[in-house]
Parts: sequence; structure tokens; C-alpha cells
Amino acid sequence: MLYMSKILLRNKDIPNSQSLEVYTGRGGYNALRKALSLPQDDVISMVYESGLRGRGGAGFPAGAKWRMLTKYRVKTVYLICNADEGEPGTFKDRFIMEFDPHLLLEGMLITAYATGAHHGFIYIRGEYDWIAKILVKAIDEAQAHGFIGNNILGSSFSFFVDVFRGAGSYVCGEETALIESLEGKAGRPRLKPPFPAASGLYGDPTLIHNVTTLSYIPFIIGNGPDAFKSAGKAGSGGTHIFGISGHVNKPGIYEYPMGTTLRELIYEAAGGIRGGKHLKAVVPGGMSAPILKADEIDVSMDYQALNAIGTMLGSGGIVVLDEDTSIPMIAQKTAKFYAHESCGQCAPCREGTNMIKYLIDKIIAGEGTAKDIEQILRLCRYIRGSTICAFGIAATLPIAAMIKKFRNEFEALLRD
Amino acid sequence: MKNISLHIDGKYVQTPGGSTILAAAKQNGIHIPTLCYHPRTRQAGKCRLCVVEVKGLPGLQVSCSIQAQDGMVVLTHTERIIETRKMIVELYLSNGKHNCMSCEACGSCELQAVAYHLGIEKSDFPAVDKDMPVDMSCPMIIRDMNKCIQCYRCIIACNDIAVNEVLDMGYRGSKMTVVCDTDKPMGKSSCVVCGECVQLCPTGALTEKKAIGKARHWETEKVRTTCPYCGVGCQLQLHVKDNEIVKVTGAEDVEPNYGSLCIKGRFGYDFVHSPLRLKSPLLRKDGRLEEVSWEEALNFTAKRFSEIKQAHGPDSIVGIGCARSTNESAYVMMKFMRAVIGTNNIDHCART
Ligand SMILES: Cc1cc2nc3c(=O)[nH]c(=O)nc-3n(C[C@H](O)[C@H](O)[C@H](O)COP(=O)(O)O)c2cc1C
Ligand code: SF4
Ligand code: SF4
Ligand code: SF4
Repeated sequence: MLYMSKILLRNKDIPNSQSLEVYTGRGGYNALRKALSLPQDDVISMVYESGLRGRGGAGFPAGAKWRMLTKYRVKTVYLICNADEGEPGTFKDRFIMEFDPHLLLEGMLITAYATGAHHGFIYIRGEYDWIAKILVKAIDEAQAHGFIGNNILGSSFSFFVDVFRGAGSYVCGEETALIESLEGKAGRPRLKPPFPAASGLYGDPTLIHNVTTLSYIPFIIGNGPDAFKSAGKAGSGGTHIFGISGHVNKPGIYEYPMGTTLRELIYEAAGGIRGGKHLKAVVPGGMSAPILKADEIDVSMDYQALNAIGTMLGSGGIVVLDEDTSIPMIAQKTAKFYAHESCGQCAPCREGTNMIKYLIDKIIAGEGTAKDIEQILRLCRYIRGSTICAFGIAATLPIAAMIKKFRNEFEALLRD
Repeated sequence: MKNISLHIDGKYVQTPGGSTILAAAKQNGIHIPTLCYHPRTRQAGKCRLCVVEVKGLPGLQVSCSIQAQDGMVVLTHTERIIETRKMIVELYLSNGKHNCMSCEACGSCELQAVAYHLGIEKSDFPAVDKDMPVDMSCPMIIRDMNKCIQCYRCIIACNDIAVNEVLDMGYRGSKMTVVCDTDKPMGKSSCVVCGECVQLCPTGALTEKKAIGKARHWETEKVRTTCPYCGVGCQLQLHVKDNEIVKVTGAEDVEPNYGSLCIKGRFGYDFVHSPLRLKSPLLRKDGRLEEVSWEEALNFTAKRFSEIKQAHGPDSIVGIGCARSTNESAYVMMKFMRAVIGTNNIDHCART
């Protein structure tokens, strides 16, 4: 039997959960109080020991990222919350922000205190306009009650937060494109190095985290790193929010221990395949995660296990596809998305995503040849690793996996 | 800076600390192809042709942007690298309209050169139709964005070298293209027609209008000279065919301009071959200008200066120096007014 975990979604179904009153009534901002009573480095150590890994997609250990910033404490440090949530099939951050905005704010406050940041930004995707309003209201409320502003809760720590709405570009979720956009420029990723920890917003050291990552911080500080670790069954521990969509009976948002199997999530949490159909394939971590076949779903949902079978936990957006789905059509949609969203800055990605889309369109139109399939695979192989940002990887891994695992479906569409 | 040593393609090489891998390779005779990189616009990291593998670093690294480190082990020609470069160039050829045969840049085009060195006769990808209108609105420059490879050189040139801030990249993905101001035709934009962008464009996307059809790149003789327009003395490269100037570019390797020119120096060369050009002095005789020898003209001028000075004193004469003269000529002019005429009435046209 699966038990839903309640670290991040514990307030979601409580009436009026967005209000400061309900939040503090359920123990909110106590972790901040505790953090402020500890030395900054102790807070960092707790996060380090918890093993928390970034939930934005790349899974970089949060504690290690925070430690990189300690040497810059003498300078201006910015904290950015990445709420761009653009990965297709991903819809976890919005539930936290919509139903528990103070959880995110408390997480940001503790993070800022530990890393020496005095100004934070929440970069939220443009389409989430009503959520941006909820956040602004929560910030105002927190500020009115002394949780945000100068000398927070009587301490010497001061912190301010602004909400910045994006303008509808997927690549602006990439951290350096996000910074460019926040600075008022076109959202095009920067060359790295330097990384944001050394030179980020306005050239100052910057820490960027996903909404979900930051929202775990109050639990880790409040309950200790071990409590977080033991909330997971495998891998690096903790829980994960899975957004399950596609051909299931109960699509939605679910928080389960890291290490829950994909089968459990699909058949128990989400109630199995709609209409009693058979499962054909699953995308396990947002559209850029390579697709899995129906016989691969006993995998444990954690970073290591998914990497071992050539895919990734990514953003935890699970897209379930039943037997009637045409994988080439899914590939076509995926290719169209990436060709449209490429910022266009570097040659392999700009020209390559456009060519992949062209070739898949050709195959779907019944004009394709065996060579076209080879050319798509060639593009996927060599775009990867030659681009400015990880978009090039995100755009090619899923297409290559769809062709490799469902090649017969593509071949059936070829001319002659 | 202190020298560091590294291995490139199994060769032990030395380079000054702070050099990029690209520079270290070049100094040691190892060729790494580039398109967006130019010594004057420096690394852009856009074309990704200069990728190399560095032991200990993941994926491919762009050698134009990564500093060489002591003890680094670099590979520049592995199969993965060559295949990546070929893919990029083939994609450029398929996604753009590169009709080399009639292109003005043929022979000096860097895309062509890279394709040649990689042995690409024809792209293995299908040609994707691109049909953007050619911008002919500027009196001197043709912009054919179908040939643009989005290298950013013109943008860096316009913003950081000429500092005219006209050009930028607009749009995104495969629609990304260079725009003038808010995507205006060049001739209606704030462009001052300095031509810096044209000179640095590696392809035929930006070309000189007046040079169209005049000569292939290899047919012209390249003649170094000094610009006659002002005292800065910019160094020019004249492209001459059959004793006619076909186009002018800035000489890149020397002071004072290192390749930059203004609109006059770059595009104002018509006077050289103009039938209206004055080739000998004119003297007004009986109310009509007549061609005379230099000797006659100078004698007449000297005689009149002496007469005026005698009748009205040296301060009745004023000298205005020409902005097109060199420092040396300006000095002699000053000397002439003060020592020969005997007046301090000497000034310069740029001040009067
Ligand atoms: C193309 C692209 C899109 C991305 N989009 C998002 C996004 O929408 N939200 C997000 O949190 N991270 C996104 N990321 C990852 C960020 O670059 C960055 O790794 C993350 O915000 C770091 O936060 P974390 O350590 O908490 O995961 C994206 C990365 C790439 C390459
Ligand atoms: S990989 Fe794509 S999205 Fe990333 S910088 Fe290059 S063109 Fe832009
Ligand atoms: S001609 Fe000069 S001003 Fe005009 S776009 Fe080119 S570089 Fe800019
Ligand atoms: S117009 Fe020329 S210089 Fe400018 S980006 Fe295109 S190819 Fe490069």
C-alpha cells in the first residue's frame, strides 16, 4: 500500500492555506526562527547532510551549491527562485506557490540567511499570472508581520523579495538565460564559466534554486537532515512531487518517497490506465527525459536508478501513454516544441532542432526514407554536448530514445 | 605573462598564461576551424566549430573561450569532433541559401573555406527553404540574411568596435536574424554606414553594393595606402582591378584604425576615377578659370601675397588649415603663416 508523504503538500488542501494566519497556525515560520538562532554555517551543514538535490531538473546537490557561495559573503549575493516551470508535462511548482506561498518564502528566507543574500527574486512563468498575484500578496503579508524586510524577527538579518514575470520562453528556465531576462535582456543563456555562483545577476554571486528545492528547506531545518533523508526509500532520500498526466484515471499532483516505483505511481497513485487500456510508454521526468517502455516501469524513481537505465528524474513530470498512442506523433510534437523554443544563439541547436523537426515532419507526411531516420539520430548524437546550454541535450535525448525504442513505428511510416 | 605548457594532439606545446586553447593551438601550428571567432570581435562561442575535447572536462569545450591550463591534455581532431564540425557546416549549408557561384563573397567567404577543409562538397541534409527578402535599402550595403550564419560578428562590430549600436539579434530559434534598430530596413535605421559590419562578416550576408559584379576576390590587387580624407591617417586596403578601385577595406593589422573606417574612407572613393576631378591648378584670367601649370599658379599666388602684405600689413592675411591634411602639412602651414607671412592669423577649418 502506498502512503502519500506530506512534506511539501501538507497544507495544500487546508482551507485558506495561502494566508499567513493559517500557515503560522500550522507551525509555519518556526524553522526560520530556529535558523536565525543558528550560525549560518550550521544551517548550510544541515542542508548538506540532508542530501537534498535540486528539483529543477539537473539534480545538483543543494548543500554543495550553498558552500560555493560562502566565500562570497562579503559581496552582494542574490537569491533567485526559478519558478519558470516550462518543462512540458511539469506542474509541481505551481501547486506549492498557489496553495502554500509562505512555505516557499520561508524556504527562501532561510536560504538567504545561510548564504548571505539580502535580495531575492522569484522569476515566475508569465502564464502563471494569478499565482504571481498570490505571491505578491503573501510577500506583503509577510513583510507586514516582520518576516520579510529589515531586521527580520528582531535579528540583524534583512531580506527583500520581488516577483518578476517571464514572457513565455522555455529557455528562460535555464539559469543564465533567466538571469539575462531578469536583467531586462533577451533570454539567451550565457557562456559558462563563469557560473552564477561566481558571477550571476548583475555580475554578482547568485544562488538559483527551483521552487520545490527551496520549499524543502523549512522541513530540513525544522526536523533535521535525517528526517528528510528517511522520508525517502532509495537514492538520495526525501520525497518528490510527481505530476502525473496523460492516459491515467487520476491525473494530478502526488508527493511520494523517493524510490517509489514508477509502476506504483501509475497503477496505485494515478489509478492505472484510462479505459482499461494497456500501457505503451512513459516519460518519467518531463519531456526532456528519455522515454521508457512498458516493461521498464519497475524502476525505482530516484536519480541513480533512472540514470542507470538511461533516463532521468528530471522535473518529476510523468507523462503516461497508452497503447493507442503513436510515438512518431509524440516525437513530432516534441521536435516542434524544441525547434520553437531554441533561443537560436548557437549553431548546432538552432539549425539542428530545426532540421530534426523538418525530418520528422517529412516522415509523418509519408515522404520519409530510411536515411532520414539515420540523419535524425546523427543530429541527436552530435548536437549533444556541443551547445552553449543544456537545451541541446534536452532537445535530443528524448527524440533519440523514441526512435531507438519504437523504431518500427517510424519505419512503418516511410515511403515504399 | 609566464609561459605554461600543455599537450595538444599529443604534442607538447608552450603558450603564454591566459591564452585560450585556440590561441595556444594557433601559435603552435595546429589548425582549429572557426567561424564566429575573429581576432577583432574575439570569442563569441556561437558557431561551436572550434570544439575540442579536454581530458577531465565533460562533453566538448569551445576552444575560443576556454583558457589553456598548465598540464592540460587537449584533443582537436577526434572522430566526435570532426563529425560535430561536419554536422554544423552541413546544417549551415542546408538551412541557408548559399549559391556560391554568384555570391560576392566567393573566394573570401569563411564558410566556404571551412566546408572545403572539412571536405564537404554538398550537405547530406535536405535543403530547407529559406527565402527572406534581401534588404537593399542602404545606399552602400546589401543585407542578404539568407546567407547569415548568426555569428554575431557584425553585432559586436557595430556595438563594441564602431559603437553605433544599430545591430542586434532579433527573434529566436531558426527565425533568429540580425536586425537594425527595431527591425527596420537598414536604410531607414540609425545606421551611419561605416561598414564595420560588412568588413567583419565572414560570409556574403553583408556586401558592398558598389562592388557587385566588379571582380572576384582573387582578381583584385590589394594595395595599402593612407586615407586621403582626414588627419587620422587610417590605413586602407584598395581592391584594384584593371587600374580601377573596386572596393576599399580597412587594413586590419596596423595603427591607427586596425580595420575600422568611416563612411568616407570606405565608400567615398568615386572621386579617384571621376572625370570632374581637378588634376591641375586653375587660374582666373579675364573672369574665366583656365588650366595653368603648377609653376605659374604658385608664382602668381606668391606675388599676390607679397603685394597684399606690402599694402595692408601681414595681419590682413589669414590662413585656414585643411582637415584633410596630415599633421606634417598642418605644421608647415603654421610655419608658413607665422614665419613667412608674419601673422598669427592661423586656424583650422574644424574650428572655424
Ligand atoms: C532548457 C532548460 C530549461 C530549464 N527550465 C527550468 C525550469 O523551468 N525550472 C527550473 O527550476 N529549472 C529549470 N532548468 C534548470 C535550471 O537551469 C537550474 O539548473 C535550476 O533552476 C537549478 O535549481 P535546482 O538546483 O534547485 O534544481 C532548466 C534548464 C534548462 C537547460
Ligand atoms: S543550446 Fe539552444 S537554447 Fe541553449 S544557448 Fe544554444 S541555441 Fe540557445
Ligand atoms: S554600417 Fe556601421 S553603423 Fe551601420 S550597421 Fe554596420 S557597423 Fe553599424
Ligand atoms: S550578417 Fe554576417 S557578420 Fe552578421 S551575424 Fe550574419 S554572418 Fe555574422
